[in-house]
Amino acid sequence: MSAPYAKLPRWADYGLIPLINLAVAFAVAGLVVLLVGESPIRAAGILIEGAFGRGQNIAYTLYYATSFIFTGLAVAVAFHCGLFNIGGEGQAYVGGLGVAIVCLSLDGTFPWWVNFPLAIVCAAAFGAAWAFIPALLQAKRGSHIVITTIMFNFIAASLMVYLLVGVLKPAGSMAPQTRTFLDGGQLPKLNWLIELFGGTIRSSPFNISFLLALLAAFLVWVLIWRTRLGYEIRTQGHSPKAARYAGIGEARIIVITMLISGALAGMMALNPIMGDQHRVQLDFVTGAGFVGIAVALMGRSHPAGIVPAAILFGVLYQGGAELAFEMPNISRDMIVIIQGLVILFAGALENMFRPQVQALFASISPRSVGVTAAKGEGG
Amino acid sequence: MTDAAIALVGINKSFGPVRANRDIHLEIPRGTIHGIIGENGAGKSTLMSILYGFYQADSGEIRVGGKPVKIATPNDAIAAGIGMVHQHFMLVDNFTVLENIILGAEGEALLNASIAKARAELARLERDYGLEVDPDAIVEELPVGLQQRVEILKALYRGADVLILDEPTGVLTPAEADHLFRILAQLKAEGKTIVLITHKLREIMAITDNVSVMRQGQMVATRKTSETSVEELAELMVGRRVLPRVEKSNAKPGDVKLSVQDLVVKDSRGVTMVRGVSFDVRAGEIVGIAGVAGNGQSELIETICGVRKAVSGAVLLDGRPVEVTGNADPGELRDRGLAHVPEDRHHVGLVLAFEESENAILGYHDRPEYLSGPFLDRADIVKDAEDKIARYDIRPANPHLKTANFSGGNQQKIVLAREMEKDPVVLIVGQPTRGVDVGAIEFIHRQLVAMRDAGKAVLLVSVELDEIRSLSDRILVMFDGRIVGERDGEASEGELGLLMAGVEKREAAE
Repeated sequence: MSAPYAKLPRWADYGLIPLINLAVAFAVAGLVVLLVGESPIRAAGILIEGAFGRGQNIAYTLYYATSFIFTGLAVAVAFHCGLFNIGGEGQAYVGGLGVAIVCLSLDGTFPWWVNFPLAIVCAAAFGAAWAFIPALLQAKRGSHIVITTIMFNFIAASLMVYLLVGVLKPAGSMAPQTRTFLDGGQLPKLNWLIELFGGTIRSSPFNISFLLALLAAFLVWVLIWRTRLGYEIRTQGHSPKAARYAGIGEARIIVITMLISGALAGMMALNPIMGDQHRVQLDFVTGAGFVGIAVALMGRSHPAGIVPAAILFGVLYQGGAELAFEMPNISRDMIVIIQGLVILFAGALENMFRPQVQALFASISPRSVGVTAAKGEGG
Repeated sequence: MTDAAIALVGINKSFGPVRANRDIHLEIPRGTIHGIIGENGAGKSTLMSILYGFYQADSGEIRVGGKPVKIATPNDAIAAGIGMVHQHFMLVDNFTVLENIILGAEGEALLNASIAKARAELARLERDYGLEVDPDAIVEELPVGLQQRVEILKALYRGADVLILDEPTGVLTPAEADHLFRILAQLKAEGKTIVLITHKLREIMAITDNVSVMRQGQMVATRKTSETSVEELAELMVGRRVLPRVEKSNAKPGDVKLSVQDLVVKDSRGVTMVRGVSFDVRAGEIVGIAGVAGNGQSELIETICGVRKAVSGAVLLDGRPVEVTGNADPGELRDRGLAHVPEDRHHVGLVLAFEESENAILGYHDRPEYLSGPFLDRADIVKDAEDKIARYDIRPANPHLKTANFSGGNQQKIVLAREMEKDPVVLIVGQPTRGVDVGAIEFIHRQLVAMRDAGKAVLLVSVELDEIRSLSDRILVMFDGRIVGERDGEASEGELGLLMAGVEKREAAE
């Protein structure tokens, strides 16, 4: 009775509101495009065309989305425990080291389908290890996880520069990167999947780690809503006092959650390294760890929301690249502005239009609000 | 009518399908104390929130001094001369009294002028109404009764002619409550109009001129206080006759099931809250701990239940020690038969964002009957929840409904059902009926007596003296971290009230 607003039906809560937010974000972005003297309509056309126009473009979009699904899930799992893991960037970066170790040592020995599971385990383990120290500091010492994970991003970056410049660089090479993996360190492409629907592809980085990402999304859903561990994570996230009361060890649950979160972020490294570049390059994460935060926010920390949100950001990445190419007035930075607007409206200002939408629903059909929405999330 | 300070005409307010206020008509004559009573969820708070500008009515009109006004924000309410003293004080703890009073009316960028003005004004208000408070005291260092006085001063400083008090005595000792009532009488004598929202019928009888009763969003009756009775009001509130006291037979105490020995506990700020408390609870008895909130009761039961660490002392549960000074694990204690209904069901006893069925296993979620491997056995959990819903009459009977959407009484029943159903040895209950409607109070009290009769040791902590007196076989009174007296269940309210205020320390427990 003390709720200030009526509840919305779930489809409106999870579908309509994000769509409205998105529309407003694009409208404001359109104004920015107008300011630099280009037609927003044409820009939008190029963006959509660039993301979906041909099979080739779709493949690129989904390739980016794959990375964002992993990092989005990583942030979401931590969110459910009330932890804000900003360290996805560093965890993914270090996860790349796990992939490198498996691929560099075994790519000549085993085929990809033996190395892939090993690389998954190693990437996850390295990512988890990178999240472990901030988790421990939070659990045992109360050092705020936002601060420590941010700082660990910098440490990860320095560590990887050191390794790529010194240890992992093949002798005689001038580039700060590992050698190119042999066939055993290269994942098969998923181009056939798009060609099945009639798209044509010359070459693309779209690979089977996309399927792994979808599997991970499903497993995260199972973990959070169907297991005892997930129950404990959510209890801790909603109410640490209730968790204490229920006998859920705070330190234990924080550390376990962060290990899972770090592992998911670490697995992101599989996509660019084993799936596309077949070597570890400097800065291969390219901000995917941070985009994961926006993806998790927009997807409301639910895998069913994270996958479409990741694809949306894939669209912005891929379509944005085309846009920067087609419209010289619109630079890469403009694309970052558009992405920023999406994050602003979909994440930070998520509830801006909620009161109006709720008032609208209440006036159209009072029956539809409240009663059907009472199920809560996770069904 | 011109003599009405406030008139509400046909107020309607809905939250989605819930009609919180239905066609409310109310006139409050100037210079009177007007009580509004009703069960939780009857719509009292919604109505007052509309009057104070937190919510907007869907339809209807508010008239102040006969003139229709539009109150869209609390600032409009203040401008119309309406002030509110909230149930949970809206004070900045680490500000001084003076700083709190000018909050929201700071004036210019530099505070010197407004502070000087406030200081003078405060001195006048103190003189006129007997509201003494040190203007330079830090609010968090003041006792609760004085903090409330600051709230009242704040409203008066803003020029309030109509003062709304929402459950003002919930946190006060009987003596402090009496003082508050004297202040209210003084304010009335000065021509102020006071609206008192409460669920305590005795207060209504003691102080109000008129009383309005709300039930299920409607104003069901308005009476002159002198022409009504507690029984009539209770019946109007619930819509049927209620038993004022629980009927129970004499206790048949058995073995000691819970023994607390010389327990010392500090709170998170390092202040010693429990200073050497010892007592036993036997099977088949209800031991009540009476006391004003903040005298160490909360820390005491949290420590016994393993949620908080003790500095020293010992607790024996069914003869075996509990590691209260070490790593007592609430989960393990639960396995040993310690059930705990925590004082704060919103943040501790329940996860409000969870479905009802999920809360029905909180703390017991590691029991094999709710699991299959690492997975939650959802079918069994829901079946179990439906079973409890039926036997404890939890409404609405929907195990998938979000817990936040249940009323206070039904939320408490969810906790009670969970804690009582696992056949505990000892049941510790904190504030079992805080924010619970009258109908549910009766039910909860009967359940607690039934637990006692089933041979459980029950430890009851409550700030409601009536509740302690009606349920307990023995009453311990806590004041300033110590047990300052033990009485049997027949002790008079006055006697307990003095002990609670720390006046008498004759029978100190140590």
